[in-house]
Amino acid sequence: MPKITFIEHDGTEHTVDGEVGLSVMRAAIDNLVPGIDADCGGECSCATCHVYVDPSWMDKVGQPSDREESMLDLNPERESNSRLSCQIPVTEDLDGLKVTVPEFQM
Amino acid sequence: MSEATNTQPEFQIQTEYVADPYTLPLEDVNPAQGVLFQNDAHWPYFERLRKEDPVHWSAESEFGPYWSVTKYQDIKYVDMNHQIFSSEGGITLADQDEDFTLPMFIAMDPPKHDEQRKVVAPVAGPRNLAALEPEIRQRVCNILDDLPRGEEFNWVKHLSIELTTQMLATLFDFPFEDRYKLTRWSDVATAPPGTGIVESEEQRRAELLECLEYFTGLWHERAKRDEPGNDLISMLAHGGSTRDMLDRPMEYLGNLILLIVGGNDTTRNSLTGGVLALNQNPAEYDKLRQDPKLIPNMVAEIIRWQTPLAHMRRRALVDTELGGKQIKAGDKVCMWYVSGNRDPEMFDDPDAFVIDRPNARSHISFGFGIHRCMGNRVGEMQLRIVWEELLKRFHKVEVTGEPERVYSSFVKGYSELPVRLIEN
Ligand code: HEM
Ligand code: FES
Repeated sequence: MPKITFIEHDGTEHTVDGEVGLSVMRAAIDNLVPGIDADCGGECSCATCHVYVDPSWMDKVGQPSDREESMLDLNPERESNSRLSCQIPVTEDLDGLKVTVPEFQM
Repeated sequence: MSEATNTQPEFQIQTEYVADPYTLPLEDVNPAQGVLFQNDAHWPYFERLRKEDPVHWSAESEFGPYWSVTKYQDIKYVDMNHQIFSSEGGITLADQDEDFTLPMFIAMDPPKHDEQRKVVAPVAGPRNLAALEPEIRQRVCNILDDLPRGEEFNWVKHLSIELTTQMLATLFDFPFEDRYKLTRWSDVATAPPGTGIVESEEQRRAELLECLEYFTGLWHERAKRDEPGNDLISMLAHGGSTRDMLDRPMEYLGNLILLIVGGNDTTRNSLTGGVLALNQNPAEYDKLRQDPKLIPNMVAEIIRWQTPLAHMRRRALVDTELGGKQIKAGDKVCMWYVSGNRDPEMFDDPDAFVIDRPNARSHISFGFGIHRCMGNRVGEMQLRIVWEELLKRFHKVEVTGEPERVYSSFVKGYSELPVRLIEN
């Protein structure tokens, strides 16, 4: 199973197993990683699953869809490596992925 | 479907209603009646619609013809698909006053919505709130310490209104001694004429223009400062895309009213609803006293259970299909959040108030999609702090009589809840 590392705002790391086909958000929720609310359950409509993707992984995770872009864009804490983790499906290619959980979810 | 009319009929208070909607022909089931909500009698209407006709056409209502969307997933679908279901021109069933429209981003589609929301969003963002929390907690403590002891009082007036008003004053950095003006403007902006708040449309406009004048003064004062503050007025006065907003005074007023109204009734009624819900469910009150760490989840459950805004409305931009029904371009589409939050396919035993309900946060009271409530963290924070401080002080806020509910199918709330405090 691909390993995903979530880094909390204070630096605490959580490395968990992601399930191929499910989202990075699910990997966090199923493993009780703090800092991700995911209020809409993964449908790209609440933006409370925001993460910052480690820059070296940006190419591998791909581009946000238009819908994700419109949600991300409303977040004042958005950076160029911001993504909604429910919109990143776990694949074998993402083994070793590192993302940072923001201090606050909107 | 027939054209929606633009002219509103004269506002008339309705006192009679059909208590059992199952006695009506299905096509006559119309939940958009303030009197139903005032009497807490809307529940069976939505239960019937969810079961028999989840996407339902009402050919006639006080607000003209409209669709009711009553199931959680369908509501979410409408909310998320803003390119089909537009907010332009109004987001409540009632039409806007044609001659006095206040532009606000809640009633705009992209790209204008996004531009304007982005400027003001930080004021209600968690980072700003964390900075404001100590001040807000202090204000909560002061209010709680001043509540009448050993006697009955109206919770709505003494706590809920007072607190939400002070919270808004904090966000605007509004002169504290004038804060009651904020409550007044919120009421003036939302109440139909002739219901005791304002007597006429003319009076409403006059008072809202006073609001604009007052805030114009604040703008000039904030614009002069070199160091912009973290308050809303400073953000607008210094923000790149809003710096010239004073040239469009109705837009400035629109944004102010949006925050005043958005932040007022909603939180006010959640503060009252929570007390009512815990009194109706004493076992949950016990659970809370035993484990105050449940407060954050309870806050979500209170907001689900109360659903402070019963609906939001859209207008279809194109012909489309929903739940097997053909919706025509131009039709009004009402998302009944109050019904989605009681959808048994989403929430187990949905009418029960369960403070540790596992999926309470999935409630639809804040909406979903690009218009999702911008003040959600403000509302949650106020409720959390109030309950933290209440538990420290009182064994129980005891409800001593029946609540009085508001006559509205939009703002779902209370004008009165008699209570007495029982000390720890
Ligand atoms: C429990 C408290 C609250 C509830 C239940 C609530 C509910 C809502 C709902 C249902 C919407 C529309 C969502 C949609 O169309 O999808 C909304 C939007 C909004 N709310 Fe709240 N609200 C609350 C508190 C607040 C507070 C405290 C503020 C301000 C400080 C606020 C400001 C706004 C604004 C500005 C919008 C417009 C967002 C947009 O169109 O992009 N709300 N709220
Ligand atoms: S979980 Fe709601 S946007 Fe990702």
